[in-house]
Amino acid sequence: MVIGASAGGVTALFSVLGALPAGFAIPVICVLHLPDDRHSQLAEVLQRRLRRPVCEARDKQPLRAGQIYVAGPGYHLSVERDLTLSLSQEPPVHFSRPAIDYLFMSAADAYGAGLLGMLLTGANEDGAEGLAYIKHNGGRTVVQDPCDAQVALMPEAALALHQPDHILSLSGIERLLAALEPSAC
Amino acid sequence: MTSERNTDIEIRLLIEAIYLKYSYDFRNYSGASIKRRILHALRQFDCLTVSALQERVLHDPGMFMQLLQYLTIPVSEMFRDPGHYLALRNEVVPLLRTWPSIKVWIAGCSTGEEVYSMAILLREEGLLERTIIYATDINPHSLDKAKQGIYSMQSMREYAENYRIAGGRRDFADYYTAAYGNAIMDSTLRDNVTFADHSLATDSVFSETQLVSCRNVLIYFNKELQDRALGLFHESLCHRGFLVLGSKESVDFSAYSERFEPLVKPERIYRKS
Repeated sequence: MVIGASAGGVTALFSVLGALPAGFAIPVICVLHLPDDRHSQLAEVLQRRLRRPVCEARDKQPLRAGQIYVAGPGYHLSVERDLTLSLSQEPPVHFSRPAIDYLFMSAADAYGAGLLGMLLTGANEDGAEGLAYIKHNGGRTVVQDPCDAQVALMPEAALALHQPDHILSLSGIERLLAALEPSAC
Repeated sequence: MTSERNTDIEIRLLIEAIYLKYSYDFRNYSGASIKRRILHALRQFDCLTVSALQERVLHDPGMFMQLLQYLTIPVSEMFRDPGHYLALRNEVVPLLRTWPSIKVWIAGCSTGEEVYSMAILLREEGLLERTIIYATDINPHSLDKAKQGIYSMQSMREYAENYRIAGGRRDFADYYTAAYGNAIMDSTLRDNVTFADHSLATDSVFSETQLVSCRNVLIYFNKELQDRALGLFHESLCHRGFLVLGSKESVDFSAYSERFEPLVKPERIYRKS
């Protein structure tokens, strides 16, 4: 599962990740737009609050089920075909590095129909193209209902590009995730 | 779906064609990033398919040189990650001093920012005169820029701040001459620098060294090629020599994790064990 968010994203991430069923059996990879300072505490903060295994994504790290990975600042994060992570420093996309589009597109190439992509609140168009590409590759897509999002621009941009499988409020997303069979996810 | 599958096949063929024709080996680069860069180049060159790009690249070496500028990522800064340079100065230099002559290899030097940073640091520590720096890259355009040592004044203002945090001892402006919005680096900084074309994918070790700096290069390689590059560094380094990597790189997931020990782990400074 891949998740992208920008402005208002920390709160949204807490609710979404907190709703994952105990013993969820997939890797979850998140890009949250961050200021480009070099020591983000996001992974530690999430881990402490959620009491789930969260780490900052590292180059060539193999993806493991039941682990949450968050992109660190200053580098794009991608999924490789061999299901490892890679970092890169190509120029920012939509003024963002890490870019949600890069994570989503590479994950769609790696996981195809087995991928669930989710785009949440944000003030930027990053992620829209990547989410449409996930759908194009057979994956499932979820967009946070713009009326429910703290900042509506990012979900709106996604809806302008493609019709996702679900448009849900945060509580709707929580219910969707809670209903996932651990073995099915 | 079918078109995506075609694109993936075409990308493999293009990379193979480049290798066969020009001996540049991108076959073991990280797939996600190289795909993005090829698709980006496709738009810049107005090619509808990767196959169309391949035809032009194969028949026109000038076109290949243009494509090479997209395939390599010339992102660099002077004193990038100042904490790294501070740790080099405080932890590595005192040990480096114990060798009568010093050889430093900056692998993947791009447009030279790391080279000048290293030269400035070594000069301030009184070591530059007895050091030879080998600065290597696969991109001849980047090497030319590195040799010229001309950077925009705008970027120099950012580098000055990095330099200060990195423990710089002088005024950063002492190291360049400003002209027409550009800064021309003090040419004596490169008196002992040898710039050379060298590929971590296809070439071998050319000298014994005391310090290898390879920053933000390995992230573009897959595990196999990372292992090859780390193997070259291991072979080149003398007993207890130093390896320094980029801030998000490590030897942890490589075949060499046991053969380099961390000296300053957060700053990615290792020693051959």
